[in-house]
Amino acid sequence: MKNILVKSIKGLVAGSVIAAPAFAGGHLSGDLELVVGMSNPAPRAVIEGMVDRFGAMHPGLNIKLTINTRDTMVEGLRSITPDTAPDIVEWYAANRMTPFVDSGLFEDISDLWAEDEFVNNLASTKGAMTLNGKQWGVPYTYYQWGVYYREDIFKELGLVEPTNWAEEKANCEKIVASGRACYTIGTKWLWTAAGWFDYINMRTNGFDFHMDLATGKVAWTDDRVLQTFANWRELVDMGAFVKDHQTYSWQESLPFIVNGEAAAILIGNFAVSPLREAGLSDDKLDFYQFVEINPDVEMAEEAPTDTLHITKYSKNKEAAKEFLRFVVSAENQTIINAGSGLGQLPVNSQASIDDDEFLNQGFKMLSSNSPGGVAQFFDRDFPAEMASVAMEGFQEFMVFPDNLEDIVERLESARGDIY
Amino acid sequence: MPFRASQKSFWNNKKNTPWLFLLPGLLFFALYVIFPIFQSFNISFYKWDGMGKAEYVGLKNYQKLLNDRAFEISLWNNLKWLVLYLLAIPAGLALALFLNQNITGIRFYKSLFFFPFVISQVVVGLVFTWFYDPRFGLLNELLSWVALGPISVLGDPVLVTYGIILAGLWPQTAYCMILYLTGLNSVDPEQIEAARLDGAKKFKMLWYVIIPQLRPATFIAFVVTIIGALRSFDLISIMTNGGPFGRSRVLSFYMYEKALSEHGFRMGYGAAIAVVLFFIMLVFIGVFLWMMYRQEREQR
Repeated sequence: MKNILVKSIKGLVAGSVIAAPAFAGGHLSGDLELVVGMSNPAPRAVIEGMVDRFGAMHPGLNIKLTINTRDTMVEGLRSITPDTAPDIVEWYAANRMTPFVDSGLFEDISDLWAEDEFVNNLASTKGAMTLNGKQWGVPYTYYQWGVYYREDIFKELGLVEPTNWAEEKANCEKIVASGRACYTIGTKWLWTAAGWFDYINMRTNGFDFHMDLATGKVAWTDDRVLQTFANWRELVDMGAFVKDHQTYSWQESLPFIVNGEAAAILIGNFAVSPLREAGLSDDKLDFYQFVEINPDVEMAEEAPTDTLHITKYSKNKEAAKEFLRFVVSAENQTIINAGSGLGQLPVNSQASIDDDEFLNQGFKMLSSNSPGGVAQFFDRDFPAEMASVAMEGFQEFMVFPDNLEDIVERLESARGDIY
Repeated sequence: MPFRASQKSFWNNKKNTPWLFLLPGLLFFALYVIFPIFQSFNISFYKWDGMGKAEYVGLKNYQKLLNDRAFEISLWNNLKWLVLYLLAIPAGLALALFLNQNITGIRFYKSLFFFPFVISQVVVGLVFTWFYDPRFGLLNELLSWVALGPISVLGDPVLVTYGIILAGLWPQTAYCMILYLTGLNSVDPEQIEAARLDGAKKFKMLWYVIIPQLRPATFIAFVVTIIGALRSFDLISIMTNGGPFGRSRVLSFYMYEKALSEHGFRMGYGAAIAVVLFFIMLVFIGVFLWMMYRQEREQR
């Protein structure tokens, strides 16, 4: 769902299983089975391309690729048995790995991370792949989050990109006065609201506090959490968000910014592609980093990472590891994250980034202006159950901010059950 | 040869034949229905994420349910569904009576009314989502003519469940209508004639002569409507995903969220919800069957 949608003919090809021809040769042999959730057109073309190129390099290897939808990934992972296990599966970084690390499904690949290529060029994502001091998979792409705004509306109202909370609110007041909403958002599927919480909490209390909250060390009724909600409420009370957002998905919320009824959206880079397709050219759409709120805390960013993992039951771990090395290699990273592929950021620091207004800004922001740390996203950093209860609370808060006391008490009692 | 004789008598015994025919069905029913029911009972006593080791927690899952407000909301919503969904039965009867006449093109009108039942629930959900849309939906367009609204039915925690039930009533009414139309075909014209001679008219004719003859249709309509109300999962999933903030959930949806959805890893808790739902259905259907049984006995 959070993936970019790019129309591509290749994605329409119905067959989801590709078997690379099994010629003799190469030092790898046997079967290699991959199960991924890259069913949208662009990701599908990317994974098929990777399998083709890897297959050409290792003709002795018989590769089987199964592409599921994102929604069925979790069911797929849960139903894996030792006999039917594929060699490589797709999942997400950080805390979202916990259930599968605990159940022993994911293979510990710390040895791979000790290799030179990983140590030198993949250090930035190592933290996101680490649980219990070990690494459990490799990233293949990531993307920035931030505020995407209508440059032309800002010009019309004489606004400039804000850098702190006061400026953000001052801008918003003028936008609201012009009869528009400051931000469009669709919270029907809840997670978009969590993006706002992540940013306001990281800006108010800092990255480390945010992670303490994620790991259950801080109470939801803590004054610092309440301060986050108080800051958030300033925007809600101002009428900053579009009305009835609880009935829209994020895709359904895009027309507001396209029509000029809202001036900005806080979202991941995957929204750029649909916005461009809807007619917002680069002179109408621009990007800024989420503003500073508390000057005493370092800026920290959100950059969700999509990942591949080897299963413990894999019968061809040698080939599986070689595939992961291939995936993160600079050359492959350049190819798959280019505008013709995923249009996102490469995980290998030696890879080149496609020359794109938003990718350039995102890469600069993540590499030089996020000293506090890089978060994965609320529902990847927080345990799944906590995330689902909390995101529902965020949605309620955005509609009925007066219910806050009740909401945080509910979250606090959930914290007691979950950790 | 006693062995041969006994074998022959087993295969030829007329008493055994029905059981032999029933055997495959019974086996599958036991394997795929009865066994999972007891399995759910068992899982509901454990804390289990669906993959790792299950930890026995006794009745703790049920104790948690008692203090879980989301569960309480789902329970009430289930009741709303069960009660309000039954409106499909009188509505279907009214439509059937209306359409039960001989004019040109009646078959065409009948099929128009039956149309919503043919399309999938997913499409019904989407159509109503657009109908309710706070910005361009037909509902608010209509309301604006009488200077009312706009209201966001699916965004309102109070209205949302009623809004979804209304969407569900659309195809369900059509279903009940069809059942009654076939029922009306078998109403005995001689009885109507006799009643007419006795001076029965309009409502009295309907209540004392027609409706009693429609009892088999009513029975089926009741059963399919109750089942339909408990199967409300797809409409909720399409129209609101249980929202806003969980106010349109029913028990089956809550169970899915807790145990099987993207963020759900609490199999034991989900199973406990399923057990509660099971007993609600058992009571509802049990009471209904008992009422039917009593009526039948009175008639004899």
